[in-house]
Amino acid sequence: MTTSAAALTTSPPANRPVVPNAVLGTLIFVVAEVMFFVGLISAFTISRAGAPAGTWPVPGQPLLPAEATALNTAALMLSGALLLAGQVLWAKKRPVARWVVLAAWVLGALFVVLQGREWSQLLSAGLTMKSSRLGAFFYLIVGTHGVHAIGALVALGLAAVQVLRGRLEGGLFFGAQVFWYFVVLMWPIIYARVYF
Amino acid sequence: MSAAAHAEHDHAHGHAHHDEGFIQKYLWSTDHKMIAMQYLFTGIAMALVGGFTVYAFRMQLAFPGMPVPGYGRVTATDYNALVTTHGSVMVFWVAMPVLIAALGNYLIPLMIGCDDMVFPRLNRLSYQLFLLSAIVLMASFYVPGGAFGGAWTSYPPLSAKAEYNLTGLGSSMWLFAVALEFAAFLLGGINFITTVMNSRAPGMKMFDVPIVVWMIIIASILFMASVGPLIAGAVMLMFDQQLGTGFFDPAKGGDPVLWQHLFWFFGHPEVYVVLLPAMGIVAEIITVFSRKKLFAYKTVLYTAIGTGVLSFFVWAHHQFIAGIDPRMANVFSVTTLLISIPVAEMVFVYIGTLYGGSIRLTTPMLWALAFIAEFLLGGVTGIFLGASGADIYFHDTYFVIAHFHYTFFPIAFIGSFAAITYWFPKMFGRMMSETWGKVHFWGTIIPFNLIFIPLFLLGARGDHRRIYDYRHFPDLMKAGMQDLRILATLALLVLLAFQVVFLVNLFHSIFRGEKAAANPWNANTLEWQAPSPPPHGNFPQGLPNVYRGPYEYSHPDRAEDYWPQTEPEAAKS
Repeated sequence: MTTSAAALTTSPPANRPVVPNAVLGTLIFVVAEVMFFVGLISAFTISRAGAPAGTWPVPGQPLLPAEATALNTAALMLSGALLLAGQVLWAKKRPVARWVVLAAWVLGALFVVLQGREWSQLLSAGLTMKSSRLGAFFYLIVGTHGVHAIGALVALGLAAVQVLRGRLEGGLFFGAQVFWYFVVLMWPIIYARVYF
Repeated sequence: MSAAAHAEHDHAHGHAHHDEGFIQKYLWSTDHKMIAMQYLFTGIAMALVGGFTVYAFRMQLAFPGMPVPGYGRVTATDYNALVTTHGSVMVFWVAMPVLIAALGNYLIPLMIGCDDMVFPRLNRLSYQLFLLSAIVLMASFYVPGGAFGGAWTSYPPLSAKAEYNLTGLGSSMWLFAVALEFAAFLLGGINFITTVMNSRAPGMKMFDVPIVVWMIIIASILFMASVGPLIAGAVMLMFDQQLGTGFFDPAKGGDPVLWQHLFWFFGHPEVYVVLLPAMGIVAEIITVFSRKKLFAYKTVLYTAIGTGVLSFFVWAHHQFIAGIDPRMANVFSVTTLLISIPVAEMVFVYIGTLYGGSIRLTTPMLWALAFIAEFLLGGVTGIFLGASGADIYFHDTYFVIAHFHYTFFPIAFIGSFAAITYWFPKMFGRMMSETWGKVHFWGTIIPFNLIFIPLFLLGARGDHRRIYDYRHFPDLMKAGMQDLRILATLALLVLLAFQVVFLVNLFHSIFRGEKAAANPWNANTLEWQAPSPPPHGNFPQGLPNVYRGPYEYSHPDRAEDYWPQTEPEAAKS
């Protein structure tokens, strides 16, 4: 490409990207996102530790359904594992990998639906953002995670469809996958810190 | 920039620009240089806003109750809005866009030898979000209640409750503007880091990257890692304002100091986010104009990384009187004093670079030297405030104001003026006037010191900073204190007047300046190998190869006193 005489004689080797652009970009974004959740969760932890005895949770308000949420958690973890399997198979067995990725996506969507059902039960039982700080933190943190899950599912779905139609290179699809792993791995931390 | 060369180049590279109308070229461009210009000129426009607000409230402080020419009478609510807007604008809408976004966008692809950022459309989106954030902030002056008046640190419950700050809608618009601005810089930072990781010119190794690029990258990483908790806090504060939640509201069991932790966890690294690029600019300029290799390149790099890491462990020094545990205050005193070591080391290295060099006192060099001297004063006075015992006395006095202006003014203004005067020939293909540049330099530096030395003296006498009209506080009107306030305000007027010289010189030189050669300063780094101004795609003769480090000045094996990074050993010099 270069035509200068000096370059032809001793052209230095090009720097090869270690990580594709889209994946690296997503990883850097994930760092900022992780710190965002660290901010939310540490604010929650500090507020709970500083609350006077008997006010967290406020007596008479519903407790967070830790057992029922175990099912949601399992669905999300399985989704992450399946996506990882799909990624391993992607290069070699594309037809199988498609179904694995689809299953991962469906399980992720199931997680979002189950979370929505949980919210409507808690809201009707009297836990709202204004009823207590526990409620405010719960809806804020879990809601933020939910918004990320929906965004990641949309991005993953669109990228997968585009890749299968041959309209997109793999980079962006892998970037969307990285973001889904972030959503999946963030959840057990939220589950352990907030529900118990 | 000639349109013909522009279009021709687009065809050569197969870019998807067909015809470049005004909107395509200036408003909807994905070219990193045009986006840099958008950031630069928006930053300059916002600096005028920041300058106007400080003019209005300093006039009120010096001549309380008198109508301010060009503004009118400054009411107490106006005063709050003016100081809040001044602080927010100067940090978030001037220092950040000019030092990080404008210079990062302009310099990174040129200095690492590639044709554009790796995500050009994200880059365009970044500027659009930033512009929107500036519009939202400015619009908040015209809503009922006016612009936010809860200080740029936005402490709750003052900032959370409209009945306290009297600017209900304004405070939410301020938060929304800040959030948009952060989204813009997140996109920018992702672009910067990915570009430098993946798109360096062939042959450019880690330690061949110019220091200013390293500094912008380290600053971007700091920003990425620190902004999350503030966004979390901003969402919580927005909910407190608009939905009536009680995250920070003591009446509902909330904890107002929690906001201070979330804010300063970001707020202190933010100081280094803007400091490091300015330090990088100074490194480039002092090597070029002392014709000497940068003394201890790796030391600068490692101290910058060390500063960045330490900056995450100093935030509570802003909260020594907020009721935090004194044992915690001790820890944060120690970390705060520690962080002065790497920064001082960087300054030493720069002085080591100057030592024995053949110094050329051009306008950019004057700015760079002034940066070292003035920032040093800011750093040294920071040690008084970092020690928790002294800080309990100094907290919320004008000593604090003078201290952080001695750091922020060198960063945001001296650093930016150094950068603009140094890279101006590359950006616009013309030279700036040296004479008027020097007039502007002295007309800025002398009044700057005359503003803030009086404020140090006032602060040492206990002058409290959050007061609208000192006539109500006889203790603070004693023996000459008002004279010092008037002196600071008059010096400010002189400083503001001299900025007209800069603006005239800038715009006159853009259109009428003497034509600049590709490498007017005889510098080594890659941007000077591109034509001035560089066309779309940057390097029309093909992307460069890199054979050496960026600072090989006055090499004994070479007749010229500089050795561009693109020239191999064998090439005839």
